[in-house]
Amino acid sequence: MIELRQVSRAFGAVVALDRVSLTIAPGEFFALLGPSGSGKTTCLRLIAGFDHPDHGRILLDGEDVTDVPPFERNVNTVFQDYALFPHMSVAENVAYGLRVRRVGSAERRRRAVEMLGLVRLGDFGNRRPNQLSGGQKQRVALARALINQPRVLLLDEPLGALDLKLREEMQAELKGLQQRLGITFVFVTHDQGEALSMADRVAVFSQGRVEQLDTPRALYTRPRTAFVASFVGSANVVAGALAERLTGRREPFAIRPELIDVLPADVPVPSGAVSCAGTLEDVLYHGASSRCHVRVDEQTVLAVARAESGALVPLPPQGSRVLLAWRPDSSVALEAD
Amino acid sequence: MLRPVATFFHGRNAFYVSLLLLPPLLWLGTVYLGSLFALLMQSFYAIDEFTARIVPEFTLATYRQLVTHPANVDIVVRTLAMAVAVTIACGIVAFPVANYMARYAGPKMKAFFYVGVMLPMWTSYLVKVYAWRLILAKQGIVSWGFTSLGAQGALDGVLATPVVGGPSLASSYIGMFIVFVYMWLPFMILPLAAALERVPASLLQASADLGARPGQTFRNVVLPLALPGLAAGSVFTFSLTLGDYIIPSVVGAPGYFIGMMVYQQQGTAGNLPLAAAFSVVPIVLISLYLALAKRLGAFDAL
Repeated sequence: MIELRQVSRAFGAVVALDRVSLTIAPGEFFALLGPSGSGKTTCLRLIAGFDHPDHGRILLDGEDVTDVPPFERNVNTVFQDYALFPHMSVAENVAYGLRVRRVGSAERRRRAVEMLGLVRLGDFGNRRPNQLSGGQKQRVALARALINQPRVLLLDEPLGALDLKLREEMQAELKGLQQRLGITFVFVTHDQGEALSMADRVAVFSQGRVEQLDTPRALYTRPRTAFVASFVGSANVVAGALAERLTGRREPFAIRPELIDVLPADVPVPSGAVSCAGTLEDVLYHGASSRCHVRVDEQTVLAVARAESGALVPLPPQGSRVLLAWRPDSSVALEAD
Repeated sequence: MLRPVATFFHGRNAFYVSLLLLPPLLWLGTVYLGSLFALLMQSFYAIDEFTARIVPEFTLATYRQLVTHPANVDIVVRTLAMAVAVTIACGIVAFPVANYMARYAGPKMKAFFYVGVMLPMWTSYLVKVYAWRLILAKQGIVSWGFTSLGAQGALDGVLATPVVGGPSLASSYIGMFIVFVYMWLPFMILPLAAALERVPASLLQASADLGARPGQTFRNVVLPLALPGLAAGSVFTFSLTLGDYIIPSVVGAPGYFIGMMVYQQQGTAGNLPLAAAFSVVPIVLISLYLALAKRLGAFDAL
């Protein structure tokens, strides 16, 4: 179990973390999600021990490790740039954690081969890191971090440097690995899709604070703030007079693009639906769906995701007046800022 | 106007490269390697014992004289020992400085250190050597400092060491060693700092993360990756010490060094073949040193 209690960290005048408290359960796959500069990486570095908080305590399994150096914490890290030692072979890299703990060389070799098998790189032990592809380096970094049998594995943007197809493969692989090993994974990402598909729970960071901590489904369907709504799944956030006109309340609300229907302007409003008129500004084709931008008033442009197949009514031409409609229970009320 | 020229060169890479390489290769080939070759030739020429004239006949007599004459062997051993000691000392002194410059210094401190390391190289070499003679002299500031601290005995004890000691620092091998280390230190610090700067901080974090204490990280990660810089720096300090003739003639004990011998043999003594043979010694020693460094894997991380 990892616990952060009121942890703060500032770099000069920039506050990277502002009194953050969170608890990560044993065996959990936990994501720290946020835009760059939101404090998520600082949070990871504090758990790893590369940095020291200005205030607050960090606990691992109930033990205060705030002042414990990284080499004495039972936590291992997969670095964003993998940080493989260029002067060592792949097997030597993987066995490094055992070497510095003075494990005998036969035992070291046996465990390194075992770990390389776990990440399906059995035949690569004698290669040098510069002879590997990005995905292979990633796996070596994983094997190297797991050989010490840590209670917690930290991953810093683990898939950031991989191309799309490889990233999807590694997502499934990481998830499978975590379930098989049963250890806690904490990973940092700025990609909400990655966080939603892999994590058991996600902490959304914004400006050094945890904006919302929830399961992926709850984050997506019940975002609490405008930031979470727009950052996770890029929901439309409607506020002010328009919100009041549509819902009768002053609080802002969020509506997902895929839950809005675009109808020709002359179609009667479906009964019970919330609706507003607007101008179709542009349409971006995304393959399975298209993304339409509809200007409702001066300040507001609503995004609508429209399935490409199965639409009964064809999309009106660009520039024409359209009607947007959604069921009242599709929108989510947000906390006012 | 230049357009047709640019168009002509575009796509003719080999021609372009050879055109660029021609002047430096000509310079290197004729002036540099040519004169070196002429020098090497001299070492195989005979010398007429009576008239001291050089006879262009092939002989190995000069080399025989070099390796059999005990005084000549002494000179080579003395120079080699000094070069090894100076190189090791430069490495030890330079490492913390270079490591600080590369890893811990902020931008301002870094600039300050780079200027500080290079500043002494902007002054005349002779001025610095003579300044050191005054600093290390019997009545000099170092001796004064020891006396005022009441540690005169310690200095005397060090100077009483056989072979490397002497009547004062300025007239002992210890003093010469200090001046050599001072003089060549920048040549060790700069390549070492460059090599250390290329080691990403994440490698050190990864090492600590995997359980290595700072000492283990230094031995297993920092040192192997800094080895190319250390090798480059040591080639400078080693070869500069082997070839220098001014420091041994201004500071230190009266024993001869290779550089002094070359200077004397080709000048006053007029024995060009022996001077040439002596100047081959550093070339051979440095080649051996490079071969050894390569075998030990100093260039693997390049």
